Amino acid sequence: MSNEPVFCQRFEISGKDFINAGKASTTIKAILREIGIQPAVIRRAAIACYEAEMNVVLYARKAIIELRVTPQEIRIRVEDEGDGIPDVGLAMQPGYSTASDEIREMGFGAGMGLPNIKNNADTLQIHSVVGRGTTLEMAIGL
Amino acid sequence: MDGYFHSVRIAPERCTGSMACLKVCPTEAIRVRRGKAAILEDRCIDCGECARVCPRNAIVPQTSSFTDFARFQYTIALISPVLYGQLRKEVMPRTIVAALRKIGFDEACDVACASEAVSTAVDEYLASYRGPLPLLSPFCPTIVRLIQARYPDLIDLLIPIDSPMEIAARDIRQKKMKELGLRREEIGVIYLTPCPAKMVAIKYPPRKKKSHIDGAIAISDIYHPLLAATSDMSGDACKDGQSVTGSGLGWPVLGGQVLSLRAERSLAVGGLDDVERILEEIENGKLGDIQYVECHACPQGCCGGSLTVDNPYVTRGKMLSLLARFGGTPCQDRETVRELYHRNYFSLPGKISSRPLAPLDQDIAKAIEKRKRVQEICRVLPQINCGACGAPTCLSFAEDVVLDQAPLQDCVVLMARQAPSEAGSGKDHAA
Ligand SMILES: Nc1ncnc2c1ncn2[C@@H]1O[C@H](COP(=O)(O)OP(=O)(O)OP(=O)(O)O)[C@@H](O)[C@H]1O
Ligand code: SF4
Ligand SMILES: [Mg+2]
Repeated sequence: MSNEPVFCQRFEISGKDFINAGKASTTIKAILREIGIQPAVIRRAAIACYEAEMNVVLYARKAIIELRVTPQEIRIRVEDEGDGIPDVGLAMQPGYSTASDEIREMGFGAGMGLPNIKNNADTLQIHSVVGRGTTLEMAIGL
Repeated sequence: MDGYFHSVRIAPERCTGSMACLKVCPTEAIRVRRGKAAILEDRCIDCGECARVCPRNAIVPQTSSFTDFARFQYTIALISPVLYGQLRKEVMPRTIVAALRKIGFDEACDVACASEAVSTAVDEYLASYRGPLPLLSPFCPTIVRLIQARYPDLIDLLIPIDSPMEIAARDIRQKKMKELGLRREEIGVIYLTPCPAKMVAIKYPPRKKKSHIDGAIAISDIYHPLLAATSDMSGDACKDGQSVTGSGLGWPVLGGQVLSLRAERSLAVGGLDDVERILEEIENGKLGDIQYVECHACPQGCCGGSLTVDNPYVTRGKMLSLLARFGGTPCQDRETVRELYHRNYFSLPGKISSRPLAPLDQDIAKAIEKRKRVQEICRVLPQINCGACGAPTCLSFAEDVVLDQAPLQDCVVLMARQAPSEAGSGKDHAA
């Protein structure tokens, strides 16, 4: 087990950077294709990763996305610096959103991001400290 | 790889390795090795972008020529409506039909009418469809190839309805077989095409075994004969010919399909970059409120296809004016078309296979190892994507190195940096 190969790459993303929003997810998708992951699995990883990336762009200052791929699983960890989520249970509820009118006009704020991540990942852990930031870790088995 | 037919071929004797093609290829399918461009067959999606930019015309579209059709007793030119917008002077579609007969075709048949019928079929399909949205138009062969290669998880969103050129070809062939008592193989149906991608769709239709079309001639090859044939036929010279009408006249223009549909929530996108952006969004689970996405590889739609002659904006303007004048008169009764639809006249039952780009290795553990090596090589590469190595980007070069397709020494920038600095010692830059 110890010599099982692990691919790891990190991406830095910034809050409010709507020009580059989604690029990390696109690059991650391309890497997964090169490794030969099944299209259906890539699709799930893409949706989950994109929603997490957009939440950083909308609600946090900056984040590091870390992608890890082993022959067993894809693991994506999004660690942001930002205001944090006061009530994670509430945030996870479909339809719950604190998005401003401006954000809603851009087409976000349906409150479906976190529930979508949960539906598409096999496991999801969220750890958030108000005033510090949020860490989201999801895994999809291969 | 599998002997797949492609829309373009590089003529090595003309290629000077200028690298223009290297940079425009959307799937990074071109490499310049030993001063000559080569196409990685399994990556090519037949968009023809390379042929557009080649300064030496070294990238040759693989269409048919007139002599290929000598074997037929009776030949029918199938007219992409793009052709109606190609002549600068005012020539009515039915005059163009007449001119094609003069050039030597036994018959000429318009596709715009079939486009109108296909619009009705798409409307019917959308009305009863209950699966995931948005659905995608399957009519640009390059887009279909792009989806097969890069977005295989979106294949099922391609609407299973046959293209107007196929429907028109089937109709006219049947009609002529009856009328003239000829056998199928005695009639040649030849599409006048705005792009080489349609030729690929004719040779290898994605959902069925065989096309109804026997070959394709580039609009750019028919253009001059047509100019000559219409020189004494201006305006509406051919009053007795059948007129060409209906919303299908708008199909070659970006947005023309959407205009001819009844679906309220649809959008039209042209140009590979923008199409990819939309496909990425769909892959990310977005745009589920849209019913239909009209997608064209060419930014202006087919009126800017790579085998057209006139300026795409001029063509577009002419098409829009034809649409305004004749688009309102349907060329077929909608009810009849709906009945045909419900008898599966337009549907394509076969499944489109995916043709995903080959991964770095079939074995996932090995692929991961190789991707790690790609990453390590990328770290030492200059990341300026200069193309001097013959690969379009530093990343694609690193992949080539890992796959033993190129030696690391091909990166001239890296070699210059690593070389002992005696080259610089003779000169005094500080002065
Ligand atoms: N990284 C984060 N930092 C701070 N708050 C967050 C973060 N991610 C989510 N939230 C909070 O949780 C709420 C729910 O997030 P979720 O992604 O489910 O919906 P949304 O982003 O509001 O809308 P949608 O994702 O449908 O566009 C957000 O409105 C926001 O208040
Ligand atoms: S948009 Fe039209 S002309 Fe351009 S590649 Fe597609 S089918 Fe051909
Ligand atoms: Mg969200």
